[in-house]
Amino acid sequence: MMDAGRHPKIKVLAGSELKSVSGYIGNFTAVVRQKARMVSSACTSCGDCVEVCPVSVPDEFEEGLGTRRAIYKPFPQAIPSLFLIDPDSCLGSNPVACGKCKEVCGAKAIDYAMRDEEIVLSVGTVVVATGAEPWDPTPNVEYGYSRHLDVLTSIEFERMLSAGGPTGGHIQRPSDGKEPRSIAYIQCVGSRTQDPCRGMTYCSSFCCMETVKTTLQVQEHIRGVKQTVYYMDIRAFGKGFEGLYTRSRADGVRYVHSIPSSVTRDAAGRLLCRIADPDTGELREEAHDMVILAVGVKPRTDSDAIQKLFTLSRTEDGFFLESHPKLKPVDTPTGGVFLAGFVESPKDIKDCVTQASAAASRASILMRKGEVTVEAITSSIDPGLCTACGQCAKVCPFHAITVDKEKGTATVVEALCQGCGTCGPECRFDAVSLRHFTDEQFFNQIDAALEEEPEKKVLAFCCNWCSYAGADFAGVSRMQYPGSVRIIRSMCSGRIDERFVLYAMEKRAGIVLVSGCHIGDCHYIDANKSTLTRVEKLQERMRAAGLDVGRLHRRWVSAAEGRRWADTIQELADRLPSVDPAEVSKAADWARDQRVKYEKRVEKHREKRRAPKPAMAGSGAGGAA
Amino acid sequence: MNAPQEEKGREPRVGVYVCQCGHNIGRVVDCEAVAKYASGLGGVVHASTNRYSCSEPGQNGMVKDIVEKKLDRVVIAACSPRLHEPTFRKMLETAGLNPYLLEMSNIREHCSWVHEDGKTATAKAKDLVHMAVERARLLEPQEAATVPVTQAAMVVGGGIAGIQAALDLADQGYQVYLVEKEPSIGGMMAKIDKTFPTMDCSI
Ligand SMILES: Cc1cc2nc3c(=O)[nH]c(=O)nc-3n(C[C@H](O)[C@H](O)[C@H](O)COP(=O)(O)OP(=O)(O)OC[C@H]3O[C@@H](n4cnc5c(N)ncnc54)[C@H](O)[C@@H]3O)c2cc1C
Repeated sequence: MMDAGRHPKIKVLAGSELKSVSGYIGNFTAVVRQKARMVSSACTSCGDCVEVCPVSVPDEFEEGLGTRRAIYKPFPQAIPSLFLIDPDSCLGSNPVACGKCKEVCGAKAIDYAMRDEEIVLSVGTVVVATGAEPWDPTPNVEYGYSRHLDVLTSIEFERMLSAGGPTGGHIQRPSDGKEPRSIAYIQCVGSRTQDPCRGMTYCSSFCCMETVKTTLQVQEHIRGVKQTVYYMDIRAFGKGFEGLYTRSRADGVRYVHSIPSSVTRDAAGRLLCRIADPDTGELREEAHDMVILAVGVKPRTDSDAIQKLFTLSRTEDGFFLESHPKLKPVDTPTGGVFLAGFVESPKDIKDCVTQASAAASRASILMRKGEVTVEAITSSIDPGLCTACGQCAKVCPFHAITVDKEKGTATVVEALCQGCGTCGPECRFDAVSLRHFTDEQFFNQIDAALEEEPEKKVLAFCCNWCSYAGADFAGVSRMQYPGSVRIIRSMCSGRIDERFVLYAMEKRAGIVLVSGCHIGDCHYIDANKSTLTRVEKLQERMRAAGLDVGRLHRRWVSAAEGRRWADTIQELADRLPSVDPAEVSKAADWARDQRVKYEKRVEKHREKRRAPKPAMAGSGAGGAA
Repeated sequence: MNAPQEEKGREPRVGVYVCQCGHNIGRVVDCEAVAKYASGLGGVVHASTNRYSCSEPGQNGMVKDIVEKKLDRVVIAACSPRLHEPTFRKMLETAGLNPYLLEMSNIREHCSWVHEDGKTATAKAKDLVHMAVERARLLEPQEAATVPVTQAAMVVGGGIAGIQAALDLADQGYQVYLVEKEPSIGGMMAKIDKTFPTMDCSI
């Protein structure tokens, strides 16, 4: 911590939050809002102000076990080593109201007029290390955390054990201040449960060792203390862990393979843990003076904001998703953004440090190279066909299209274009094309996919980042589903032109699926909103034409939702046998009419413009003829 | 069907490789049958199977074919492009081809791993290869742009993980901005008195 605070190359922006992030790999611009501390860097950390502050509020750092003033330092070793004023509890600068701290500050560091500041940062790489939140055991009512003062969480107990903590490192029962003679620990609180009200499904991984460690510490604090650990499994899997566990048991700590069903308080104020005897199954109560709940961790409740800022994905358990669980464990799908620590999954300090070094190394490889190749996949607009209507520019999530009404054409700013291709389907005159994902390539794939027995197939358009990745995840997890689906990949579902769907109908696909990221998760900010509108519009038109809209589906599947992908395909494949061939023919005819109309319109427009047919527009089936 | 445009009048020469990925694909999909089927597709001048396409012998074999048989489009039916597309794009460059002339067909994650029935999986693999070949025929060389990388990093979150990442980056000489929500860095670890496995203090 100290090293980071002192390092000449590290600027610590504490009390700061990200407001916005723009740009791309190698070139990010972040706007950071730094809260006013109301204490300037002239502060010498003398602490005179604290003496005179009349306010007393619960101390967050001490988990509410102690109090602090309105002007305070979060903890003695805090970095930056400056005091700050908590505006919510400060009585105010007005000398009538208070203003006492300012009066005593010899360094003249206190400035009530200080305002929040906005700082703009230009960076090439980002490491996201925003951690996780401890599980709040209030809903685990059987443990009586909110009823009994002497039931503490492991974090509260950590503070009690600390020499710098609220009790000066003395272990005492909050109810009567007495030293406990018997302490119980309950493991897996908030972890490894199928009941979402009582916790998370996964193992939080550090809590077994944290309890083992605590028992050894307590043994040093209170001679002859009795300690009992109630557990379902002890996971002491790391280097040196088994040794500590053995030592704890050799020191007389009891490990009981049973999780209490309730914690109650008897008349004498002792806490009774009701357990089933691990050998006989008999129920009995064991009395202790204090009970410590070994709480796990869960993803931060404010993870959404970070997820959106960096267009990250999350696994089913809510932690951020890495690019690949084995081969790219610290990369994210967003180039130049890396993960480290709890934010990726619960782990201990050593694993956090290892992962952080890995993330730093991945980031520095990028920076050391000095330049990075960005995808060649960008859109381009044919000025000969463009009418400068501006429709494409309206849907571009990156504002990469400029429309010049005077010149009568729109242009793509290539450096800004990220290649989602959501502009293309907006163009009524076939003027927009996306490199490497051209219309003709899609039509060719549709032809090939539906050459044989098209009615027996589900043709799925999937975006690279979410639904295609979700299908990959189903594969990695070996989830079985029907083999009737054929996937066509695009970078974004926004690329999927209604003409592709219509062409699939013309070619008699049994069912068509358009799949992309959930709204809010789109890799291209919100390009998938266009997908939503387009599919809905097309369904509306199908309905108006008296067609079965049950043959066109739109489903969001995230990269982590392998199960959802498998279930979706199962569901759609189950519908295939009931697709009526007469209905397929009717829709095919209708779709053909739509294509011919479109082609005629484009042809007419082209003639009007006297624009020569570009080489790309081949004689092909679905292509603009 | 759309004819390839880029070299006017000349059909592209597509090479197809069906990867067995050891048993991962080969156990379920009849890779030989898929390769045989591929050899009959339009534009395909070479089709064969590979035990492990991503291995060195696998890649060397393909590079050799590309050069000797003058292949100018390559279809690799193997794992997900999200995994090995970068690998094979590099391989194309080694063979003197533009990396965008590659198309991958995902017959592992989307086929052999999710369909146990060999017949179904093989039929689907054929379709997937057919789709890839049809797309590959229309692939064109693309020039990827290079952009400079700003020589500074931002670390969001100042717990132990963020601190370590910031130090490692700063020690290499990069300017680092460590953005922390709370008034002090330290995170969870700052609250812990002694830490396992060393039992020493955390700060
Ligand atoms: C009670 C307890 C005891 C433990 N004991 C041990 C032990 O003895 N040994 C061991 O190896 N491990 C132990 N652990 C595990 C250890 O604490 C963690 O592995 C480690 O602290 C996680 O570090 P981190 O940096 O990933 O996350 P955190 O410590 O959670 O840090 C994340 C930081 O990011 C900040 N932040 C969050 N959101 C934002 C945002 N949007 N913008 C800016 N900043 C943000 C937070 O304020 C915080 O400072 C223990 C854990 C607990 C709960």
